[in-house]
Amino acid sequence: MKLLLKKGKIFDPVNNLSGEYDILIENRVVSKISKNIMEKDSKDVEIYDLNGLYILPGLIDMHVHLREPGYEEKETIKTGCEAAAAGGFTTIACMPNTKPVADNPATVEYIKAKAEKALVNVVPVGSITKNGEGKELAEIGFLKEAGVRALSDDGNPVMNSEIMRRAMEYAASFMLPIISHCEDKNLSGDGVMNDGYYSTILGLKPIPTVAEEIMIARDILLAEYTGASLHIAHLSTERGLELVLDAKRRGINVSCEVTPHHLLFDDSYVTGYDPDTKVNPPLRDKRDVTALREGVKMGIVDVIATDHAPHTYEDKLGEYDYAAFGISGLETAVSSLYTELILKELFDFNDLVRLMGINPARILKLDYPGIRVGTRADLIVFDPGRNWKVEKETLKSKGKNTPLLGKELKGKVVLTFVKGKMVYNDLENKGVLIYE
Amino acid sequence: MALKGKDFLGLYNVSADEINEILTTAEAMKEVFTRTVKKIPTLRGKTIVNLFYETSTRTRSSFDIAAKRLSADVISIAKDSSSVMKGESLIDTARTLEVMGVDVVVVRHSAPGAAEFLARKLKASVLNGGDGAHEHPTQALLDMYTIKERIGFFKGLKVVIVGDIMHSRVARSNIWGLTKLGAEVSVVGPATLIPRNIMDLGVKFYTDLDEALAGADVVMILRIQKERQAMGLFPSIREYRKFYCITEERLEKLKKDVLIMHPGPMNRGIEIESSVADSVNSVITEQVTNGVAIRMALLYLLAGRKKENEIIA
Ligand SMILES: [Zn+2]
Repeated sequence: MKLLLKKGKIFDPVNNLSGEYDILIENRVVSKISKNIMEKDSKDVEIYDLNGLYILPGLIDMHVHLREPGYEEKETIKTGCEAAAAGGFTTIACMPNTKPVADNPATVEYIKAKAEKALVNVVPVGSITKNGEGKELAEIGFLKEAGVRALSDDGNPVMNSEIMRRAMEYAASFMLPIISHCEDKNLSGDGVMNDGYYSTILGLKPIPTVAEEIMIARDILLAEYTGASLHIAHLSTERGLELVLDAKRRGINVSCEVTPHHLLFDDSYVTGYDPDTKVNPPLRDKRDVTALREGVKMGIVDVIATDHAPHTYEDKLGEYDYAAFGISGLETAVSSLYTELILKELFDFNDLVRLMGINPARILKLDYPGIRVGTRADLIVFDPGRNWKVEKETLKSKGKNTPLLGKELKGKVVLTFVKGKMVYNDLENKGVLIYE
Repeated sequence: MALKGKDFLGLYNVSADEINEILTTAEAMKEVFTRTVKKIPTLRGKTIVNLFYETSTRTRSSFDIAAKRLSADVISIAKDSSSVMKGESLIDTARTLEVMGVDVVVVRHSAPGAAEFLARKLKASVLNGGDGAHEHPTQALLDMYTIKERIGFFKGLKVVIVGDIMHSRVARSNIWGLTKLGAEVSVVGPATLIPRNIMDLGVKFYTDLDEALAGADVVMILRIQKERQAMGLFPSIREYRKFYCITEERLEKLKKDVLIMHPGPMNRGIEIESSVADSVNSVITEQVTNGVAIRMALLYLLAGRKKENEIIA
């Protein structure tokens, strides 16, 4: 079985490949990348005309909530992976705040077993503390043996600095990075949106930026002290970014991610009290959004990750105060970044692959060969001319909770290959096959 | 002229013209009070629902009287907030009201945005009777009505709002309404009870009461909730009283004809001394009377909006 992708424009900074190429995939392995591949024995070849479309290495989303086990009404490993495939992610890291929490090898094995049958690669993240309660260390060694690639109590911070210090010391010896959800719970309290002009006029309880920044500062200090490798999850403020930049300059082993929603929306979007804008950390003000965009452009931001947090209709129904935190992000990330940032020339597709491929792979110590002869095809095709409307009915994820619902986006992922297998095809007419 | 929208959710989105229209309508309504039969048939056949998720005898009875004086049918639904855990209740109630075919829903709720949520779900007009710390437009309008009646104008008027601005919907609605009509609004209170961005709302911000009160034409005193102390927002009631209570001593230093206002219910001896509340400067009981006139005006403008030519009989 051969597959020939013709005339797609490749963006692959891993292999320094850019320009129009044909790609031949034989038995799921990339066998040839060349300017004009002619296959004589065409009976055996499926040919896709990708003229005008872009080809990128498969993307990695290192911050996803798959909700299974325990919250299957919000998402399952199966539906989450379908959403990932549709969004252009061939590998996703799933957060451990399930029920039970992935603080033990059995839960990690369960996730891996389910993921075996799913469309994309799943990299489990284990919890830092037992039950994610921030009190006692989880069995980090066993978690490592079970295959986790990082540790996080995401959803909640580790409030106790002594526990975080010990976690960093211990995790460092197992070569596991700590992904920190930075939030001082005393400062964030029962707040529901960013502290600023809009919280003042809307009368919603505010969450100050310092609630996040104080913990970023603390964790950077602890990382410096312990030598651990620290990754700041969903960084959302200008001052937080400055702290990370400063830490990097001091040679501390720290990286950070921002989410598409923090790059796209400021807190003015909360006007109207749409619960789909309720997220933690909250949408920040214009100044922070501008700073984050600048941080991406300058390369201070290592990773863009979605923090895909699917919820049910009921979780997001009614009063803003009572709605759950979180935005469903897997399927809109690439298109929304393209529409708002790439088309406006803040960065390009090579940067996108660095932010959503090379860098997350480096942090999680994953193999990331890019599009290379001799490796199993792990790539996606993006159609820059395909405009689409975000609609509940067409989203694969069970979580329809996104402020982008009803919005028109430019460009779309149309093909996804994982381990050489086509797992998503949204080409017009499923791709007009040309039999030459 | 009628109101622009289907609903009346706050003063943030309302124009100065609309506010003036409401105040003028309220004057006509207040005239009804002087009659022996304090009832007009304007809203006969209309159904008004008072949907109260927070206990408030004052506001609810004020809306109740207002609706009855307009001859509307009134249904009161009081729900215990503590039993309302999630949004389902509000949306289900909305659907029930929709099939009942009500004309106006007055809603009071502890969650900011609850009135706007209902407004989006209902064909009926929604009148915000106070939603969390967001807005309480009828209270602000009755305050403005009282000021207009006593002083006659707003332009350049120095209005000082004292106390817990952070948690106050009354303060927010008054800030929008008063600044739109040209008043100079200041807020004063412990820094912990003032939102960080308050100056962006076009007001001055003080923490020193005496400094804030200098030259005031109107002093609006907010109720201080004792539980804010337990939240760590101020040290003690006795310290609050020392620095922020409007005492007789402070009143004596103010303009002779300064208006003293309070939305009620008062904590006498904490944010306001009894002698101040009962002084000639106090218009606190007038506020209550005017509340009915303002609520009649708004119900009339909302429920009667389809028949603009129908004047007050
Ligand atoms: Zn988080």
